[in-house]
Amino acid sequence: MATSEVERRRGQLAALSIAAVVIMVGVPLWWRTTETYRAWLPVSQINELANMQLQLSADVEVVFARGTVTPEQQKKVPLTQTQDEEHTVDENTALRYRYEIRYRTATIMEEDALDQPTAAEADLSLHTLSESPCGSLVVYVIPESSSLLPEDMDVYIGQRRTALLRIGAQMRVGRTVEQLLAHLEPRIKQVLQVMSFSHTDITAALSDRVRLSPGNKESIADSMRAFKSSPGYEITFSLLNPDPKSHRLHWDIEGAVQTYIQPLLTKLAPVANFSLDSQTLYYAMLGVNPRFDSSSSAYTLNSDSLAHVINPVEARLGSNAASSNPVLNFLLYVPDAHHSPLYIHDNKKQEVPSNAFHSPRWGGIMVYNVNGFYRPEAVLPVDININMAKVMGVFLAQLRLLLGVQSSTAPPGFLMAPCGSTGLADWELDRLMWSRSVENVATATTTITSLAQLLDQIGNIVINDNIAEQVSSAVTSLQLAVAELEAGNLGFALQYSKEAIMASERAFFDPSLLHLLYFPDDQKFAIYIPLFLPMCVPILLSLLKIVSEARQKRREKQAKKD
Amino acid sequence: MKILTFFSLFSTFLSANSINVEENAGQFFSSGHTNNWAVLVCTSRFWFNYRHVANTLSVYRSVKRLGIPDSHIVLMLADDMACNHRNPKPATVFSHKNMELNVYGDDVEVDYRGYEVTVENFLRVLTGRLPPSTPRSKRLLSDDRSNILIYLTGHGGNGFLKFQDSEEISNVELADAFEQMWQKRRYNELLFIIDTCQGASMYERFYSPNLMALASSQVGEDSLSHQPDLAIGVHLMDRYTFYLLEFLEDIHPASKANMKDLFKVCPKSQCVSTPGHRTDLFLRDPGSALITDFFGSVRKVEITMETINLTDLIKEAEQKNIHTTANLQFPPLHLSSFLPYLTPYPQKPKQKDWHPPDGFILGLWTLILLVFFKTYGIKHLKHIF
Repeated sequence: MATSEVERRRGQLAALSIAAVVIMVGVPLWWRTTETYRAWLPVSQINELANMQLQLSADVEVVFARGTVTPEQQKKVPLTQTQDEEHTVDENTALRYRYEIRYRTATIMEEDALDQPTAAEADLSLHTLSESPCGSLVVYVIPESSSLLPEDMDVYIGQRRTALLRIGAQMRVGRTVEQLLAHLEPRIKQVLQVMSFSHTDITAALSDRVRLSPGNKESIADSMRAFKSSPGYEITFSLLNPDPKSHRLHWDIEGAVQTYIQPLLTKLAPVANFSLDSQTLYYAMLGVNPRFDSSSSAYTLNSDSLAHVINPVEARLGSNAASSNPVLNFLLYVPDAHHSPLYIHDNKKQEVPSNAFHSPRWGGIMVYNVNGFYRPEAVLPVDININMAKVMGVFLAQLRLLLGVQSSTAPPGFLMAPCGSTGLADWELDRLMWSRSVENVATATTTITSLAQLLDQIGNIVINDNIAEQVSSAVTSLQLAVAELEAGNLGFALQYSKEAIMASERAFFDPSLLHLLYFPDDQKFAIYIPLFLPMCVPILLSLLKIVSEARQKRREKQAKKD
Repeated sequence: MKILTFFSLFSTFLSANSINVEENAGQFFSSGHTNNWAVLVCTSRFWFNYRHVANTLSVYRSVKRLGIPDSHIVLMLADDMACNHRNPKPATVFSHKNMELNVYGDDVEVDYRGYEVTVENFLRVLTGRLPPSTPRSKRLLSDDRSNILIYLTGHGGNGFLKFQDSEEISNVELADAFEQMWQKRRYNELLFIIDTCQGASMYERFYSPNLMALASSQVGEDSLSHQPDLAIGVHLMDRYTFYLLEFLEDIHPASKANMKDLFKVCPKSQCVSTPGHRTDLFLRDPGSALITDFFGSVRKVEITMETINLTDLIKEAEQKNIHTTANLQFPPLHLSSFLPYLTPYPQKPKQKDWHPPDGFILGLWTLILLVFFKTYGIKHLKHIF
């Protein structure tokens, strides 16, 4: 009897100790060994960033030249005004534009500079006086009687960051400063819309984040044409020679790139890196047969067939295998001797002066006719030197369009200076930098928030330390970029936004973040039950037995007492 | 009476033609895409799955013919048909019986072949999470204005697709992959075509916008193959893809056929299974989506109206360039410089993990037996030996 009691006691102890080991040691061990490593992510900061409140600040200096303000008005000027404009794009995005306008009168040197015969020369001499920092503007208000601008033009926009604004006729008689400022305000705002940022540009830059309802056709075409913001671009110049037996073409591409294209790319260096290459393709035909037009005795390509030109050529173009940057292709096609001259007609059957066309987000093609350079009885093949200035003029214009340097039509009464030798005016660069910064900030924010959401939803993905590091650095750069935009430091804002976007892309596209293991719940049960059930059932049963015996004993004790 | 109808037809034809020019200008804005990509995947291997490779290659040819270049096509095939021992005509893959059409040709560019066609690589291509060493031709470099065509074929079941007889992709994983593509705006519109048994189950779980899906059979139905070729000995194509191909042969780059025509391809009388499609996630009306929006690559073009007047002269090429090219002398190559690479690998690879010495297990068992017999006596030995 005693031995069975001891046996029973031993059995109970064994069952209890096994249950204790399983629960205390086994379950935590199983938990720890089957959990995935997930480094900490700054989720609260990411959620804060998701609610984007951007403020863009621009500094404007308005300089009154002699003859625009009366002497007593001159005492009230200089003053500073701050104007705010709020726009709510959608429930997560709000924009605020802040313009800090400083009014002052012109100095003697500036008056001398404004005394030049034409606006272009005045512009040039004004530059020598001072250099405006990136993102700011200077508007010179000139009297109505000034001869700098032609009769019907009221505003001249220079090559750097200056504009000349002709004061209106009604300001001739002396008015108060408030009325003067009230008269100038809408016109200065108009100048700012052209030279700095406009609401349509900024909302177009936010298209990643906000799917806008299609506005007018112009804005859609603009947003489809330019490449999206990318840290680098590859530009390839190709010379297509379908007829080497007749034409031996020489093009000084290195010199042309150095002289004409490189200055633009150097100026755009804060925006992106560019890598250039060039190639010559022989026996590359267009995919379309041009039609012979007897009225002009030339071959024509009409605009409908242009769409089918690109595909057969693209297969032969090739690209740099090492990088994943977007490629801009610029093709120079010299028609073969039997199909020369070749002109492009638009849909109104008019000849296109540039003889070139471009495709959104792809590049441009120019047709260069050489039949005028040699007589029909010349000995074939003839050596032809291509006029690179003409060619690069077209390619440069196409490059500007494709990179998003908007050459939108100027409002009425505005006279734009032709862009300088670099092909890009300073204020155009500023505009590009504004829209690129906003685009980068919006894209990086979307990437980070969707990455955080994704990692939250799928519990099986391992988050390594390097990903957490990238995410943290992206968040920091984003916060810095937003702060710099608020302060109006455009250069720094663009730099931080580029860092933010690179870090966020690296984190999002990290190869280790692949969720391959989709386990529906019934499959999880099917895996664990054969392992755990045979082990747990005896333990559970013995525990139940212990409990029932204890209860029985207690009942017996109760009975004994009674 | 007949002349009247003829005249009315003629006049409508003329008026339709004049509308065309205006429509072309309008087409620019209706589709919203600027480039096209195609991801064509054949998920089977082995000789008896010849038809799946032929399916994929025929779609590849159509897509190339309609203009999408190789740099924009990601083709994943096991590629073990053309040079298979059992192929009576090596280096060919036929899609029509009597060896009418060789879809392998000599300009096929397969990006993922053989054992590289895995679920992991497929998902990596879609989501873009490829290791940095991946070359450009193996990447899907689409942007937010790309229309992507995804074609899958192979053996499938209710909610899964079998990859190379060893793994599966489930419809939930596919839907998640598309959602990740949408989050990163890697597509403008996506057309998903699947030709497997119970193919409709693969698009049931999609939830991202701008997706259109077609499948060759509903849940519970099998997709059947089209015709065997007695000389080759296997079935050459599947029915759905065969009739899809016939439909695509009539499409040329300027064609205006739309998606509604694609839905009518292969009715039950021809296909035996019921093809299905799903358009509720597609924001445009399918009737306004052209076939060439996905299968071809019709570029939008704009005439360049402005040019920049450049007046600077080209700077003289640097003199030192000429000198440096003359000074370059390649060192003579000797075979001995290559010899370090020619040493053979050691026969036995170095063991990285520690294993117990070879006799250890044997010794352990001997010890166990000795202890057993010591404890229970040697007389039990006769029961064992």
